[in-house]
Amino acid sequence: MAGIPHDHYEPKSSGEKWLHSRLPIVGLLYDTLMIPTPKNLNWMWIWGIVLTFCLALQIITGIVLVMHYTPHVDMAFASVEHIMRDVNGGHMIRYLHMNGASLFFVAVYAHIFRGLYYGSYKAPREVTWIIGMIIYVLMMATVFMGYVLPWGQMSFWGATVITGLFGALPFIGEPLQAWLLGGPAVDNATLNRFFSLHYLLPFLIAGLVIVHIWAFHTTGNNNPTGVEVRRGSKEEAQKDTVPFWPYFVIKDLFALAIILTVFFAIVGFMPNYLGHPDNYIEANALVTPAHIVPEWYFLPFYAILRAFTSEVWVVMFASWITGGIIDAKFFGVMAMFGAIAVMALAPWLDTSRVRSGTYRPMFKWWFALLVIDFFVLTWLGAKPAEEPYASFALIASAYWFGYFLVILPLLGVIEKPEATPETIEDDFNAHYGKSDAGATDATAAE
Amino acid sequence: MLKKLVIGAALALTPVAGLAAGGEQHIESYDFSFKGAFGTYDPNQLQRGLQIYTEVCSACHGLKFVPLRSLSDEGGPALSPDQVTAYAAENYTVYDAELDEDVPAKPVDHFPANTSLGAPDLSLMAKARKGGPDYIASLLNGYTGEEKEEAGSTYYENTAFPGGWISMAPPLEDEHVEFIDGHDNSLDNLSQDVSAYLMWTAEPKMMARKQVGFVGVLMLTILSVLLYLTNKRIWAPIKGRKNS
Repeated sequence: MAGIPHDHYEPKSSGEKWLHSRLPIVGLLYDTLMIPTPKNLNWMWIWGIVLTFCLALQIITGIVLVMHYTPHVDMAFASVEHIMRDVNGGHMIRYLHMNGASLFFVAVYAHIFRGLYYGSYKAPREVTWIIGMIIYVLMMATVFMGYVLPWGQMSFWGATVITGLFGALPFIGEPLQAWLLGGPAVDNATLNRFFSLHYLLPFLIAGLVIVHIWAFHTTGNNNPTGVEVRRGSKEEAQKDTVPFWPYFVIKDLFALAIILTVFFAIVGFMPNYLGHPDNYIEANALVTPAHIVPEWYFLPFYAILRAFTSEVWVVMFASWITGGIIDAKFFGVMAMFGAIAVMALAPWLDTSRVRSGTYRPMFKWWFALLVIDFFVLTWLGAKPAEEPYASFALIASAYWFGYFLVILPLLGVIEKPEATPETIEDDFNAHYGKSDAGATDATAAE
Repeated sequence: MLKKLVIGAALALTPVAGLAAGGEQHIESYDFSFKGAFGTYDPNQLQRGLQIYTEVCSACHGLKFVPLRSLSDEGGPALSPDQVTAYAAENYTVYDAELDEDVPAKPVDHFPANTSLGAPDLSLMAKARKGGPDYIASLLNGYTGEEKEEAGSTYYENTAFPGGWISMAPPLEDEHVEFIDGHDNSLDNLSQDVSAYLMWTAEPKMMARKQVGFVGVLMLTILSVLLYLTNKRIWAPIKGRKNS
């Protein structure tokens, strides 16, 4: 399967041969686990395992929660309290699921920004990147619908606001929104279909994760230098790589254990820290919460959504030129989805021939600014839509688009990249010394 | 006493306060025994809180999500099962559909809901407000004594309530509830006791949760150390074997 030359599975016993000639599943697992992996991967390459763990955690805790949950507007909230009070260990399962969503998004954002810095999206890994972006969008849909299920005030009003975005589409908006909700407003039909889809989408994600892994197992991993593994011969490839098992499995599990230590501390000691108190109030269509705030992982894009008000000249211009078809609301929706779309198009917007940001002196700074921009947008998304936040949000949104649409294409032309190492082996040796004598010192470096 | 309270609350039908701009919301940080990673509920305090809830709050507020039997659960008010049975039968009735009449509540029943005056259910109050139990205690302590009439309703000035004016009449005062052991029953103490009790009704499994958190952190820390050492050892030859 992998493009990097390496030893393949050879069935030895007659039993193995029997199975292998009928279903080469052991060989598939062996080749997947033993894939040659660049040996210079740093600690930002651990998030894939964390994400896989999160998906498994959410599916397992979710399946158990479903055994006790009732998807009905009159019973959903009470059934969650039943889980919290009467089901053995139910409170832990629910808190794990609730906070697991946050861990999932911490990991996915780290994973995405890793890819953006080291140019993991560039040829030949565009397909891996696109599939990753589809997974990310599906994750957002899944977590949004999951948040509606406890049927608290934020569940209800969050669902009302977010599905209202589809109502902003010209002409088809209102019928589309009613079709999504199963009626004119968020009600039992909405809760039921969200429950159904919240159960379905994780399995679609799991399928796409397999395709995602398949894609990068074909191209090989990117690595901090962005230099490709040498593929001339098996011997050459072996100088640049080590097998995934045990080297990276153990390394990734170590990182996962550290992350889970923090995760368990949050679940055990402050499980509601990331939640909103209003969601412990049962949904009430007659009482609107003072502030409807999405969960933290939506805040950056929520800030972009709200940034484009009818006073912004781009919005005015768009409205004027389309005869009012594009109003501020629709513009905001387009900006929000556009913010994700430009990220997905990064492979074609980035014109630099050098893959890794490590060797791009100007790119580094613009990228650092993008990371800061992301945090600023997160902060702004939680602020009320008033000055000075509205102006900040506009500037921060403009930078987000500017980075992908202007800076990435231009940098490839005007930037003079530094020399990249000849091989991954050279880079690795530069970090860990070259002599046998240095063995013990070198291992302490990481 | 109870009558005065019911009347006070009856005056205030809407749970949402007036929109009049008040001063800054003031929420005191209390020294609750359950705060912090190792904090636990004080069963005596929860029992006092239960008494305050029963004698005062339950006139207007319900606890519909809380099963009466959980009063004898570990990490809670620690009543004995017999005490729970007696408490349930003495204080609450539930409607029995077969007999078509109200019968004394049993431990399997929940605390009744109370929607008669439109007061919010208190089961989850300590998690449904910013500040949680600190907010509830500050609110009960935060009445200034000022009142105002607005659109036929009376509002009471309160330093902890968002907006500054609340429709709930001051429910507690010094020596409002007498404890059998003669425990301090100043307003400040009563407020804290009932707030602690409401934290328990909102999060009855807090002790179990912290225990899982503690065991989880401990075991994962050990696992992290072992994996660190394993990782270091596995990589040693790779990082040392450089082209000599």
